[in-house]
Amino acid sequence: MRSDGAKAGLGLKLAAAGGLAFLHLPLLMILLYAFTTEEKSYQFPPPGLTLKWFAVAWARDDIWAALSISVQIGLVSTAVALLLGTLAAAAVARRRFFGRETISLLIILPIALPGIVTGIALRSAYSLADIPFSFWTIVLGHATFCVVVVYNNAVARLRRTSPFLIEASMDLGANGFQTLRHVLLPNLGTALLAGGMLAFALSFDEVIVTTFTAGQQTTLPIWMLSELVRPRQRPVTNVVAVFVIAVTFLPILVAYYLTRDGEQVGGAGK
Amino acid sequence: MVAAVHLVRTSRRFGATLALDAIELEIAEGEFFGLLGPSGSGKTTCLRLIAGFDHPTSGHVEIFGQRCEDLPPYRRPVSTVFQDYALFPHMTVLDNVAYGLMVRGIGKAERYTAAREALALVKLAGFDARRPSELSGGQRQRVALARSLVTRPKVLLLDEPLGALDLKLREEMQVELKALQKRLGITFVFVTHDQGEALSMSDRIAVFDHGRVMQVGSPEAIYERPEVPFVADFVGGSNLIDGAGLGHAGVEPGRYSLRPEKIVLGRPAGDGAGDGAADGAIRAEGRIKAILYQGGQHRVTVALPAIELTVLVPAAEARGLTVGETLPVSWRPEDMHRMTGAA
Repeated sequence: MRSDGAKAGLGLKLAAAGGLAFLHLPLLMILLYAFTTEEKSYQFPPPGLTLKWFAVAWARDDIWAALSISVQIGLVSTAVALLLGTLAAAAVARRRFFGRETISLLIILPIALPGIVTGIALRSAYSLADIPFSFWTIVLGHATFCVVVVYNNAVARLRRTSPFLIEASMDLGANGFQTLRHVLLPNLGTALLAGGMLAFALSFDEVIVTTFTAGQQTTLPIWMLSELVRPRQRPVTNVVAVFVIAVTFLPILVAYYLTRDGEQVGGAGK
Repeated sequence: MVAAVHLVRTSRRFGATLALDAIELEIAEGEFFGLLGPSGSGKTTCLRLIAGFDHPTSGHVEIFGQRCEDLPPYRRPVSTVFQDYALFPHMTVLDNVAYGLMVRGIGKAERYTAAREALALVKLAGFDARRPSELSGGQRQRVALARSLVTRPKVLLLDEPLGALDLKLREEMQVELKALQKRLGITFVFVTHDQGEALSMSDRIAVFDHGRVMQVGSPEAIYERPEVPFVADFVGGSNLIDGAGLGHAGVEPGRYSLRPEKIVLGRPAGDGAGDGAADGAIRAEGRIKAILYQGGQHRVTVALPAIELTVLVPAAEARGLTVGETLPVSWRPEDMHRMTGAA
């Protein structure tokens, strides 16, 4: 296969390069226009380069407020997801019971549903229940899909872990808490960390569900959307975008490495 | 003397299935005890009840005279070696072995010393820093053994301890487990579906079928004097003969077991002198229906007028045999063991 691949036509290589370029060049553009001196339009090439937009962005309170809300929502949603996702995974992976597959499907469904459906559904539900829109309604909305990534990571790890590990630990004299601390969490740890990071990244750049579940709160992505329609200081948005890319990209990268190593750890029982 | 393990009319029901049916079993201290049976016969359930991972539906378990209903696994003086070994994948070999001592709050230096001793006992000195994933199947099993032994259990439970190993390693470990048990003097209870393993390792064997103990006894007793057809057939394979149907004057009615290797095939009836079919032997004519090559021996199916017998013939004597040929068949009546147990 490999030698075939090496010879495989120039066309295929170009197509691959083209595809990758299409995916990633816009990101480079975002990066580039964070430094442009032209603040009203995206003129190519930029007439000049400057660092002043970073200073401008740094000084703007609305950005800090939005960032703070986004981080808080991300952290709280992730915490909720870690708790609920792990518990659900433990129940589904370790016990066979009536409706197990259904529950599994119902947990995963929110991530498959279009965000706009989740958003509308939640908004109607909040209105029906007379819940005022607030920080917490956003957290709830985000938790619906954050739970999924934590659950998926935890379930995959639990399935690769010998069910006898817990019994072995109890057999050797450990009580429930010691088993949790020394056996269960270390085995689940990297999967939970990875799940948590993905969940945070998802929450951090979420727009659609947030739009439907937010009251007066402006998260960072919402702030960026509103900023796009304003003609002044455009590169500030790019500066923030670069920041968002960094914040979401790093956790995803770390999560990827963590779960990759986890395969050796988890599969070692066999 | 009080039994190391005593199952008192112990039953375990899973939904509609009765996995254990009022088992009565006493295992003496220092015994190497085998629980033998086909899969689903209840032997593993039995082991899990002793370990405390599972609880009887009725009846109870006593360990050294103490009733165990309220004792969680970690309060019982027993330890289990799991079938898949259940080593902690995120710990080194040394930490695995020291685990039982760590959770008891024993200091680092002391528990590592004890763990190293246990590793030396199973001939794994110097493997301290490895991870379970870096070990072979046989080595993992030794680690699991050391991990259990380090807590000084009074009873060691082994669930199919050799099941995952290849044949040669299995034979090695049989000898080694036996030697280890002699040296430590503690009670070993092991589960196996391999009758050869049960016969060669156990001091006593309990044969399980459908949640019931069919027979308990020494390997010799189980093999030579099976009480019920199931035991005769499951342990070593046997010819089950209805005494009345045999049509031989010297044989009383009843159910008999006749081991395939006790039957002599092919020598003309009457040359008798000194071989297995001496005077008093039961003789008949049989036609060979099938010959199955099995390496060191051949498994020959012989049709007699009234019954069909399976005969094991050493390869050296099986050379001239052909399917369809009619031969004298003989065996000693005392090799026919009458089974007296209830079916």
